[in-house]
Amino acid sequence: MMKVLEYPFTEASVRALTAGQTVSFSGRIFTGRDRLHRHLFDGGHSPVDFHNGVIFHCGPIVQQVNGAWKVLSAGPTTSIREEPYMARIIEKHRVRMVIGKGGMGEMTREACRRFGCVYLQAVGGAGAVLARCVEKVNGVFLLKEFGAAEALWDFQVRDFHAMVAIDTRGRSVYRKVESASRRALTTVLRESGFARHI
Amino acid sequence: MRHVHWVKNLKELIRRTSTDLPADVEGSIRRALKHEARNSHASWVLGTILENAALARKQGVPLCQDTGTMIFHFGVPVGFDTNALLASTRDAVALATRDGYLRQNTVDAITGASFATNVAPSSPVVSFQQGARKTVDVRLILKGGGSENMGHQYSLPDTDLDAGRDLEGVRRCVLDAAWRAQGNGCAPGVLGVCIGGDRSTGYWHSKEQFLRRLNDRSEVTVLARLEERIMRDARRLGIGPMGLGGRTTLLGVKVGAVSRVPASYFVTVSYMCWAFRRRGVLLGPEGGVQRWMY
Ligand code: SF4
Repeated sequence: MMKVLEYPFTEASVRALTAGQTVSFSGRIFTGRDRLHRHLFDGGHSPVDFHNGVIFHCGPIVQQVNGAWKVLSAGPTTSIREEPYMARIIEKHRVRMVIGKGGMGEMTREACRRFGCVYLQAVGGAGAVLARCVEKVNGVFLLKEFGAAEALWDFQVRDFHAMVAIDTRGRSVYRKVESASRRALTTVLRESGFARHI
Repeated sequence: MRHVHWVKNLKELIRRTSTDLPADVEGSIRRALKHEARNSHASWVLGTILENAALARKQGVPLCQDTGTMIFHFGVPVGFDTNALLASTRDAVALATRDGYLRQNTVDAITGASFATNVAPSSPVVSFQQGARKTVDVRLILKGGGSENMGHQYSLPDTDLDAGRDLEGVRRCVLDAAWRAQGNGCAPGVLGVCIGGDRSTGYWHSKEQFLRRLNDRSEVTVLARLEERIMRDARRLGIGPMGLGGRTTLLGVKVGAVSRVPASYFVTVSYMCWAFRRRGVLLGPEGGVQRWMY
């Protein structure tokens, strides 16, 4: 069952979420990838207010049509690359939601627990569907410095779907799957081998 | 050879590849969805993927924003001017980028500076093979970075995996690669495997397996059996779409073998995400389309 979230988020509202829930919301999200995270981590100037906001790990394909931005494809990118920077950014800017793909590491999990933030998995590769959720491009920052794929895009989204993968109590869907699949792999490998002597 | 003609049709090949998921891939995702429990994470992901494929095709927009490494395989007649063909291909890439079918996705390895047209040293990747043929056979694969990062090369014997220099050893390596990838290459994916070769040809041939259709069967009986066995094993791993759990961890495993030196026994595994963008076209001597492939 899809849970519809109220926007803007608060610390209490994200603390009420549980790993494994699929959620939908409408509101504002900011994109950011490696360059932006590095920039914020290094104490660089933040052109927007991330407080209680959402960072989406995404490098969209955008086109300018008659002066207006059009988002063609905007799926999540691999989040683990931001692991060295994410915890500090969550702490400093009190981001409430990080959306990406593939999950994050221990430092981010701990920051989510301490400061009240959740990590959500969007469907990787679903660039067209997620671009359709973008109702409007409110603005773009650091475009010249970072290029279109790495810039900070300010998107107005509607009915954006994702799944809570790491919650504020430290539960992680990935960890569960990873350890269960490890056990399954051990079993599969123990079984009779494939034509050892042909 | 009329440059504009070639550019136009090569650009159309890029457009189709980026926006239109091949039928064999889409069909296998649709079948996979039937095997997942209703209201599960797996069915949510697979349902979204199918919706995405339909929407991208309808609107003519890239399936996935990571349009990846462009890998062109050309089969050309003997004596064909491959320099001119390369020039046309580069122009087609630049135009497809301008029109939003490819993301500005190529950066300088050292400075990180973006190449606006995606044309750069070793981009696009091309290979030419001359043969006794009249037409030019072009196949294009767009391979996303997230999936590329999930590739692995094993040097057998591998004591950690208890993998010896035989097909059981190969099975162990391939399953290990599938496990390590979890959902991070945008599962469910397809594994291309090469047995043998040196380190560089191993990766090249592992990716050549992606030119095969998902529903084909290896002509080498023992490799066909190995592929089936690994697929059966992979279904039990429970990694599922995007690594959120489920039955569908892989859509396919394609194994090929080339020669090797006696001292080396490499098993190379490349991961292709579900956004398996592969298209082909046969072009006549003047660059006109004779037939679309896949
Ligand atoms: S791995 Fe494939 S589907 Fe996933 S983001 Fe990269 S290109 Fe897209």
